[in-house]
Amino acid sequence: MSRENLRKMENFIALALCTLAAMFGLFWLIFILGDVLRHGISALNISLFVNDPVPPGIEGGGLRNAFVGHLLITSCATLIGVPIGVLGGTFLAEYARGRKIARAISVLSDIMVSIPSIVVGAFIYAVIVKPFGHFSGWAGAVALAIIMIPVVLRTTEDMLSLVPLTLREAAFALGAPYYKVIIQIVYRGAAAGILTGILLSIGRVVGETAPLLFTSFNNSFFSVNMNGPVSSLTVTVFQYAMGPYDTWHAQAWAASLMITIFILLLTILGRLILKWRYSKR
Amino acid sequence: MAISLKKNPVDMIFSFITAVASLSVLILIAGILYVLFLESSLAIKKFGVLQFIASTDWDPVKRLFGAATNLYGTAITTMLSLLIAIPVAIGIAIFVTEIAPNFLKGPIGIAIELLAAIPSIIYGMWGLFTLAPIMSNYIEPALKSTIGKLPLISILFAGTPLGIDILTASTILGIMIIPFTASVSRDSFNLTPSVVKESAYALGATKWEVVKSVVLPYSKLGVFGGIVLSLGRALGETMAVAFVLGNNHQITTSLLDAAATITVTLANEFTEADTDIYLSSLFYLALLLFVMSFITLSIAKFFLIRAERKFSR
Repeated sequence: MSRENLRKMENFIALALCTLAAMFGLFWLIFILGDVLRHGISALNISLFVNDPVPPGIEGGGLRNAFVGHLLITSCATLIGVPIGVLGGTFLAEYARGRKIARAISVLSDIMVSIPSIVVGAFIYAVIVKPFGHFSGWAGAVALAIIMIPVVLRTTEDMLSLVPLTLREAAFALGAPYYKVIIQIVYRGAAAGILTGILLSIGRVVGETAPLLFTSFNNSFFSVNMNGPVSSLTVTVFQYAMGPYDTWHAQAWAASLMITIFILLLTILGRLILKWRYSKR
Repeated sequence: MAISLKKNPVDMIFSFITAVASLSVLILIAGILYVLFLESSLAIKKFGVLQFIASTDWDPVKRLFGAATNLYGTAITTMLSLLIAIPVAIGIAIFVTEIAPNFLKGPIGIAIELLAAIPSIIYGMWGLFTLAPIMSNYIEPALKSTIGKLPLISILFAGTPLGIDILTASTILGIMIIPFTASVSRDSFNLTPSVVKESAYALGATKWEVVKSVVLPYSKLGVFGGIVLSLGRALGETMAVAFVLGNNHQITTSLLDAAATITVTLANEFTEADTDIYLSSLFYLALLLFVMSFITLSIAKFFLIRAERKFSR
C-alpha cells in the first residue's frame, strides 16, 4: 500500500474511533435518561405527592414528606448561600479587582467547587449536629449552602467582570459612591448572568445526597420543623433503592425522575438565559 | 484599576461586608481542615499516621481501624474509571471540535453537559438496578471466559460475577466523569489558533495528523488539567459507587469482588459509629480524603492556569 493510502487509512480509522467515542457518550446519556424516564413514569401517581409514607405492604403511600422537606432544605440553603456567594463575588470583581487576594480566593473557590461533598457533611456533623445532639434540617441546609457558596461566588465574579468599565466610570462621573454604582449599575448589567449562576448552583445542590446523610438525616413522618430531622428526596431514594421492597423501588425511581427533570430544566434554563443575554454581542 | 473612593461611610460598610463574604471561602477551607483534624485527633493518637494508612484492620468490635482497605478501594476504582473515561472523553472532544458538522456541535456539547448535570445518586441507582444485572449476566461472564482465561489476568477476574463489585462501580464512575474531562478538553482544543491548524492543512496533512501533531501538543496542558480534575472528582464521589461497591473491608485482587472506598465507608458507617474511636477513625478517613482531593484539585488548577496563561500571551 502506498504511503498516501496508509495515511488516509490511519486518518479514517482515527476519526471513526473518535466518532464512536462520541456515540458511546451519547449512548449512556440516552440509556440513563431513558431508564429513569421509563421506570419513573410508570411509578408516578398523584398519591406520591399528597400522601406520606406508609409501612411496606400497605398500598397507596407517597413521599409528600420528602418533597416538602427537600424544598425546605434547598430553599434555606439558597437563602444562606446565595447572598454570601453574590457579595463575595462582588468583592473579588469590584473592591479587590486585580489584587493578589482576589486571585487567590478565586482559585481556592474553584478548588472548593469540586471538594468531596461527603467531607462537607462530616464537617457539619462535627460543628452543628454533635454540639446540638441531634440531626436537623438546618444542618443539612448549611451543608448545602457551603457547597453553593463557591459556585455562586465564581459565576458572580465572572459576570461582574463582563460589565464594561466605561459604564462604571460614567456613573462615577455623576458623583455616585462605589456601593451605589455596584448596586444600581453593575448588578443591573450582570443580573442575567448572576441569575444563571444561582440557578446552576441550585441545580448543583438539589441532587446532593452525601452531605445530607448525616446532617438532616431522614424522617418517615411529615415534618417542617427545621430543628429536627427532615426528610429529603435524595436520602429517601438512597434508603428506598437499597431496601428490599418493590414498592420502595418504584417510589425511588419516581423521585429520581422528579429530581432529574428539575435539574435538567434548571440547567437548560440557565443556558438559555446566558445565550439570550450574551450571544447578541 | 484603582477605584478606591472610600470616603463614604456606607461604602466602607458595604466593602467590609463583601470582603467578609469572600473570605468565607478561606474560613471554610481552614475550618474544615481544623475541625476534621480536631475530631480525628483521638484516632491519630492511637493509630499514628503511617500505621493507620498501612493497616488493613477495620474491626469495630475490637476497635482496631486502618485506612489501607479504603485507600486501596478508592485508588483502584478511581484508576479503572479514568482508564474508561479518558480515551472516550478525548475522542468526544476531538469529535465535537474537529469532526462534527457545525449544526451538530452545539447539541452534542449540550448533551455532554447534561450528562454532567445528572446527580450522582441517579447514576448510583441506575447502576444498581440496570447496570449491575447486565454486568453480572452478560459482560462479566464474557470477560471471564475470554481474557479471564489468560494467565496472570485470570487473577483479576476470579470469583463469581455478582455485579456488585469493583468493575461495575468503576464503570459507573467512568461514565460519570467522561463529561468533566470531555468539556475541559474541548475548551482547550478550541484554544488552538486556527492559523496554525490551517498551515498544517496547507502542507497536506490529514485531519487526524492535524489533531495528533498540532491540536494535541498545543492543548496538552489543558487536557492534562482536565484529566487531573476528573481524578479529583472521582476520588470524592460517593453516591455513584455507594450502591454497587458492597462495603467490604478487604484488599482483593479480583475486580469481581466487593470493596470499600473512603466515601462509601463514610456514607455507610457514619451514623452507625457507636464508639468514640470508631467515629474518630471515620473523621480521620474524611481528613485523608479532604487532603488528597485538595492536593489533586490544586495540581489540576495549576495546569489549567498554566494552559490559560500560555494562550493569553
